[in-house]
Amino acid sequence: MHEWALAEGIVKTAEKFAEDQGIDEITEVKIMIGELQQVEHEIIEFALDQLRTPRMKSAKFAIETVPARFKCRKCSHEWQLNTRNLDKETGEAIHFVPEMAHVYITCPNCGSPDFEVTEGRGVWLVSIKGRKKE
Amino acid sequence: MSDPRLAIIPGRFDNVKRIIAVSSGKGGVGKSMVAVALALSLRARSNKVGLLDLDFTSPSTHVILGAEGLYPEEEKGITPPVTQGLSYMSIVHYSEDEPVPLRGLDASNAIIELLAITRWEELDYLIIDMPPGIGDATLDMLRLIPRIEFLVVTTPSQLAYESVRKLLVLLQDQKIPIIGVVENMVIKQTDHIKEEIHKIGSRYLGAIDHDASVEAAIGHPEKLEMTRFYRQVEEIGEGI
Ligand SMILES: Nc1ncnc2c1ncn2[C@@H]1O[C@H](COP(=O)(O)OP(=O)(O)O)[C@@H](O)[C@H]1O
Ligand SMILES: [Mg+2]
Ligand SMILES: [Zn+2]
Repeated sequence: MHEWALAEGIVKTAEKFAEDQGIDEITEVKIMIGELQQVEHEIIEFALDQLRTPRMKSAKFAIETVPARFKCRKCSHEWQLNTRNLDKETGEAIHFVPEMAHVYITCPNCGSPDFEVTEGRGVWLVSIKGRKKE
Repeated sequence: MSDPRLAIIPGRFDNVKRIIAVSSGKGGVGKSMVAVALALSLRARSNKVGLLDLDFTSPSTHVILGAEGLYPEEEKGITPPVTQGLSYMSIVHYSEDEPVPLRGLDASNAIIELLAITRWEELDYLIIDMPPGIGDATLDMLRLIPRIEFLVVTTPSQLAYESVRKLLVLLQDQKIPIIGVVENMVIKQTDHIKEEIHKIGSRYLGAIDHDASVEAAIGHPEKLEMTRFYRQVEEIGEGI
């Protein structure tokens, strides 16, 4: 996923959560990012820094990447993504729309494109920590 | 906890005045042709128009537009490339026109991703070419896009109308605005479909004749603009 779009989504979601919960100062936001999203940590960190709201002025953004794993629906073979094997254009297509993996990657055992991304897809906010003013 | 992509989607359409999904219960009724002709004709009347192809299984609008080798620009997100004066987004920008075999949840995720990354500039109209039926894409649009309106395409066939009726009922039940229904590929004018549509309380926008010249115009927008088909779509576009 595109880093700036993702950063926007994270900031909006955290802000809304804090508002709903009456949190005045966000101290930490934990984010898990699937490897398939092909997100560059430096860019996302820069984007988050640019977009942070007053409420998250001193918040720490903890970003963790989950390795991508696949399971073939046809032959049950399981394997792991090796991003280094992707050429530049494929990598870029998957970066913008991760489901394009189904266009460019097939099961290394039987060649089927009908596989499941069992881990390392998507982005989700794991936790948001903060304080309320007395 | 939650999916941060969903938080940004509504705001992606802040600059878009009207969002029109060209949809049908059935395939092959002319959704893509109507969507492209509608987008081009609105553009020709000095509107700012975007076109979004959400039919991942059979993307067609790039073929109709004769648009090849387009690639979006990256600028804190994705800016759709412009072709024929339309801001144009399609999965083919990323799939290189290879097959896109996606199951339900994956199809849904791909739509979410595309909607989340795409930054539309100021638009008077965003026309969406929808896949047929009331599956993932339709449900996702109802869930994710605020202010979406539907322009529904049928043919005179009883079979087409039967599935269109189901789409209309779904939209009515969900209180989604329906601009109306166009009857495409009409060979012999009758009032049958018109009456059926009035019976369920929807608007009949008009008939588009079967026009043998459209096939040769595929891939050539300047030829398409000379067809009777285009003029009839244009007329319908004036009434929406
Ligand atoms: N009014 C018309 N007259 C003649 N052919 C048409 C007309 N409308 C659509 N077609 C043709 O019908 C076929 C299906 O149209 P298409 O737009 O791809 O349908 P859909 O998007 O609903 O699947 C295409 O070959 C198209 O050229
Ligand atoms: Mg189509
Ligand atoms: Zn396999």
